Amino acid sequence: MTTTQANNPPVSPWTTAPIILRSTKAETPGVFTAEFEFKCEQDAARFASRPGQFNMLYCPGYGESAISLSRVAANSSTLVHTIRSVGDVTNRLARLKIGESIGLRGPFGNGWPDIPDDLRHLIVVGGGIGLAPLRPVIEQFLENHVATRELTVLVGARSCEHLLFADEFQSWRDAGATVIATVDRSSPEWKGEVGVVPALIDRLNIGNPAQTHLFACGPEIMMSYSATAALDRDIPRDNIWFSMERHMNCAIGHCGRCQFGSHFICTGGPVFRYNDVQQLLTIHGL
Amino acid sequence: MTSPLFLPVAELPKLLARLLELGYKVIAPTIDQEAIVYSEIQSVAELPRGWTDEQEPGHYRIRPTGNDRYFDYVVGPHSWKKYLFPPLQLISRAISGEDGWTFETCNDAPEKLAFLGVRACELAAMKIQDRVFLEGAYVDPGYQQRREGSFIIAVNCSVASPNCFCTSMNSGPRCTTGFDLALTELDDGMLVEVGSLRGQDVIEPLSLQAATTQHLKSAEDLYANTVRQVSKHLNTDDLRNRLMSNLNDGKWDSVAERCLSCTNCTMVCPTCFCSHVSEVPSLDETVVERQRKWDSCFNLDFTAVHGTPVRNDVRSRYRQWLTHKLATWHDQFGESGCVGCGRCITWCPVGIDLTVEVNAICGGES
Repeated sequence: MTTTQANNPPVSPWTTAPIILRSTKAETPGVFTAEFEFKCEQDAARFASRPGQFNMLYCPGYGESAISLSRVAANSSTLVHTIRSVGDVTNRLARLKIGESIGLRGPFGNGWPDIPDDLRHLIVVGGGIGLAPLRPVIEQFLENHVATRELTVLVGARSCEHLLFADEFQSWRDAGATVIATVDRSSPEWKGEVGVVPALIDRLNIGNPAQTHLFACGPEIMMSYSATAALDRDIPRDNIWFSMERHMNCAIGHCGRCQFGSHFICTGGPVFRYNDVQQLLTIHGL
Repeated sequence: MTSPLFLPVAELPKLLARLLELGYKVIAPTIDQEAIVYSEIQSVAELPRGWTDEQEPGHYRIRPTGNDRYFDYVVGPHSWKKYLFPPLQLISRAISGEDGWTFETCNDAPEKLAFLGVRACELAAMKIQDRVFLEGAYVDPGYQQRREGSFIIAVNCSVASPNCFCTSMNSGPRCTTGFDLALTELDDGMLVEVGSLRGQDVIEPLSLQAATTQHLKSAEDLYANTVRQVSKHLNTDDLRNRLMSNLNDGKWDSVAERCLSCTNCTMVCPTCFCSHVSEVPSLDETVVERQRKWDSCFNLDFTAVHGTPVRNDVRSRYRQWLTHKLATWHDQFGESGCVGCGRCITWCPVGIDLTVEVNAICGGES
């Protein structure tokens, strides 16, 4: 055991920063996007995040919830979270009024990998609320868009009213992306695809599979079959990445809640190479 | 460090007095509710002198030994994690004011604790929890302060229970590292090994004599005798891979039929570290305390995602516990999460023995 100054402890990972709700926007049924700002300058200055990371949003009396950042804009300390109201904390978040304060710890997790220099095609696969942590990837890709790189966004939802960020698809297309949405259940007004997301991968034009990468977030079964479809199209296993979800309590690898096989999702993920989770995804109740 | 010293049995109170004089709160084995448990002591009279514990799967009793030894027992339901990683700990506080919520972390200066009677397997357990709370991506400041502030007096085991398998886990029974002082209880006193400068400072004023060759020989005999008493064995060869390649084995159903999912094994385990944070508001809801409490992977709501538990049957929860402890712990922390103390076997209400389950699930009996 080493001896250090017992009266000089490290900064507690439980340190919580106050943030204030600035705006909300209804997205799909039960899903909304909230924009927060730090109350204190120094907290804003310290905060730096990357696509795919998450924060612990804290409603005193209700608890914390791990919510990914759905926008990561450069030179902005605005915190953008797209939230599905499903539990105590997220339901409380849905009732927050503009100007109300809550707490934040973060950012946590590894985030999506850097896009390699030789990438030719990025396929982004988002199912339901799973598109939220992928939107920063899409936006950053399109901001730095170069003609030699392709972006395909595949979006799945239960029905067309559940298609997240549907009002942004056209602007992504205008910026150069291919966006294909599919729904499980059609309705009279829906003119798009019907069926599961992985089936869309079968039909994509993939010119350089070796230089194609796939980022997926959504139900585990959707991610697994998307990977299988991608492998069938000769996309290398190492180029396939999943963002995983488990219950999180501490976000710092101390509480054991988010364990998945050999990983804590909070500190080892949430983004994993397909190879590292493929076997684990085949076992029920892990 | 220095060669072993000898503390005559009549002078044990002096060691305790010295610790108290230095401001330590001394935690040691005591007898409470018919078990040997760790508690604060003021006098050596509170130690379980003349008592031992009798352990089998699902069975624990204390009984008189008929001798005058202080430390002639194995381990009880407590472990030192209750002091280093308290079962209930205030971690932060939210305060509501006119200008919204403000937040403060709570990290009160820990008490100065001296642990008397730490077993070799418990020293190993502390090192394992260090990996979790000190050596990962984030440091737990409270754990760090308590760990560094604690003075550790190990006591070598003179007996082993039928549930002990420290020899399989390379964690005992002999204390070799991680202590300030280590004692070996002989007929007429204690052999004292000094493990740190801090230990040296504590023992110095007692002006102890060097141990004689006879003392050293008696101690060696005691170590050898304890090793001989360890009868349980866990074959750890390639254990990680053997377990991980049998995750879908039907034998998990057999243990799931017996396991009550009561969490006892995780509560008594000296390395289990699962926790959750509870919100504790004041009546007027202007102050909310956040309390971290021990939790268990055997609890149904432990893995609830969107209200639905991922591990929704006992089979998956027992499998999580066993494979984490003996297999994936290696991937995460570079070593096994088990020290072979046998507590999970003794305190299991239905006497499930993890060494037996491992053999049933993936073979390897030897």
